Amino acid sequence: MRQPRQALIGQVRRARIAEVAARVLLAVCLFCAAVPPILVIGVIVWRGLPAISLEFIFDMPKQSMTAGGIFPAIVGTALLTLATALFAVPAGIAAGIYLAEYAGDSLLARLIRLSIANMAGVPSIVYGLFGLAAFVITMHLRQSILSGALTLACLSLPAIITATEEALRQVPSELRNAALALGATKFQTITRVILPAAAPGAVTGVILGLSRAAGETAPIIVTAAAFYAPLPTGLMDKTMVLPYHLYIMATQAVRSNNNVVWGTALVLVASTMGAAMAAAAWRSAQRRKLRW
Amino acid sequence: MVTDVLQALRFASPRATDPEVAVGIDAESAVVPHFATHTAVSAEAVLCANNTAAASEAVRCEEGAQVVTRDLRGAFELEGVSIRYGKETVVSGVSMCIPSKSVTALIGPSGCGKSTLLRCLNRMNDEIAGAAVTGAVRLEGVDINDGKVDAVEVRSRVGMVFQRPNPFPMSIYDNVAFGPKTFGIRRRSELNGIVESALRSAALWSEVKDVLNKHAFELSGGQQQRLCIARALATEPEVLLMDEPASALDPVSTQQIEDTIAKLGQEMMIVIVTHNMQQAARVSHQTAFMLRESNEAPAELIETGDTKSIFTNPRDSRTERYITGRFG
Repeated sequence: MRQPRQALIGQVRRARIAEVAARVLLAVCLFCAAVPPILVIGVIVWRGLPAISLEFIFDMPKQSMTAGGIFPAIVGTALLTLATALFAVPAGIAAGIYLAEYAGDSLLARLIRLSIANMAGVPSIVYGLFGLAAFVITMHLRQSILSGALTLACLSLPAIITATEEALRQVPSELRNAALALGATKFQTITRVILPAAAPGAVTGVILGLSRAAGETAPIIVTAAAFYAPLPTGLMDKTMVLPYHLYIMATQAVRSNNNVVWGTALVLVASTMGAAMAAAAWRSAQRRKLRW
Repeated sequence: MVTDVLQALRFASPRATDPEVAVGIDAESAVVPHFATHTAVSAEAVLCANNTAAASEAVRCEEGAQVVTRDLRGAFELEGVSIRYGKETVVSGVSMCIPSKSVTALIGPSGCGKSTLLRCLNRMNDEIAGAAVTGAVRLEGVDINDGKVDAVEVRSRVGMVFQRPNPFPMSIYDNVAFGPKTFGIRRRSELNGIVESALRSAALWSEVKDVLNKHAFELSGGQQQRLCIARALATEPEVLLMDEPASALDPVSTQQIEDTIAKLGQEMMIVIVTHNMQQAARVSHQTAFMLRESNEAPAELIETGDTKSIFTNPRDSRTERYITGRFG
């Protein structure tokens, strides 16, 4: 009677020690993982903030880009991202809907899913070279915002398709069945019930995919970016863009001005993070309406 | 099957659950011929008869010496219905007749194929990969599994309420208006009328009439289920299928749902799956007992008949054992 009880107490004590040890270990791992991004953002804000001014945001570059602002690069990035969204979002969402709702689980569908997953891992310079060959040269679109946007659309499509498909799959089948049982067609069920319910997840994926594309450098170097250009007047112009501007200022500029580099980095990071945070806020607002 | 043409049938019984009334009618219309062609169902006594024009259909329920005849316009007839999931046959050889304007309960132990059978009445089995239905499922004489029949049309005539309340993530109003809107009704005044009458039929109107724009998820579980009933009624179906509609609800909500079922059963056909036998006894006019005798064997229909006689005087010993709680 005594012996088992003693053993039990020992076991409980050991389990409690393991519990504490596990918790400490996991916390340390989280700390290690959280430090680099926090440091990166902290340094960028700390070094970049002094450079930010109205003039920096809204002026043209001066003195071989060592002074003045980065307005053309901001406008160029905004235009490029918008044009990318125009191409990638409708196609990506439509493809995601097809994969989730119609494609089923055939060998072909699985092959396509696998390919899309692999596409997400292809290095971005490969997309750049593809864009150069396909859009710039073969389709005679020149180095332009249009070429760059098409290239970035290809790059962000896998993320958008996957996010849409996952979001649709997470909609409970009860809702799907409820709509079908009411005599709704499959397409009505998708557009009126499933898609609205999946919108928060899908939109988050879309914005994350686009903000990644907005920060890409390699694909646009060969398809759209200009070292120095005036404000773009149309989709067929080359343009300055933030990531490329940052790259050349940090590596190629003759007389580098660190303020401009850090300021550019801050604007780029703030805009992509701002988009991601807006997406997260919107999603949690929607989730409150959609809990099931 | 029972394709003999009946002549000069005058079935006028509006509520034929009272055996005496029904027997009285049958005595007058003694021309009803006797059909005994149902297969696969032992001791099957619910017989269907329809003429080709489907204008007058009749069912005869023989209970011992009694013969009950009913108005069967809009009835469901199942003949040799088997349902397979992949290679496995889960329901085998079900033949029965489900009369309109009454409540029919499908009872039986868990996993005996009640829900599966229910889903083949509005082709929801189409949505399950690998599911296949063989045999005939006729609604007003038309096989709904016929390739020419559109599942969407079937479901607009045969509504369904599910086990767990599943309102759409939208307002109360939009939930009820969903069906009519998919059929192209756009006029606000018309929709308002449909929403109100559907909510009244589901006994929810008085509780929600001032908060129609409230999100459906803010309702209680019982209210959500009645909302789902209202949503199904808004498309004005002829048949309402209910798959254990009260199993996730508390006793008060269950009582409200049962009252609603009793009221609706006077106007339309209701088929309710339940494994609560008291519930079946309380709400239904007819009862069908299904059983899967072993894990390998497919489920079969053991017995159908008037609820009162199934519960007081079952013909099959297996029914009796289930009713008295000796297995399942």
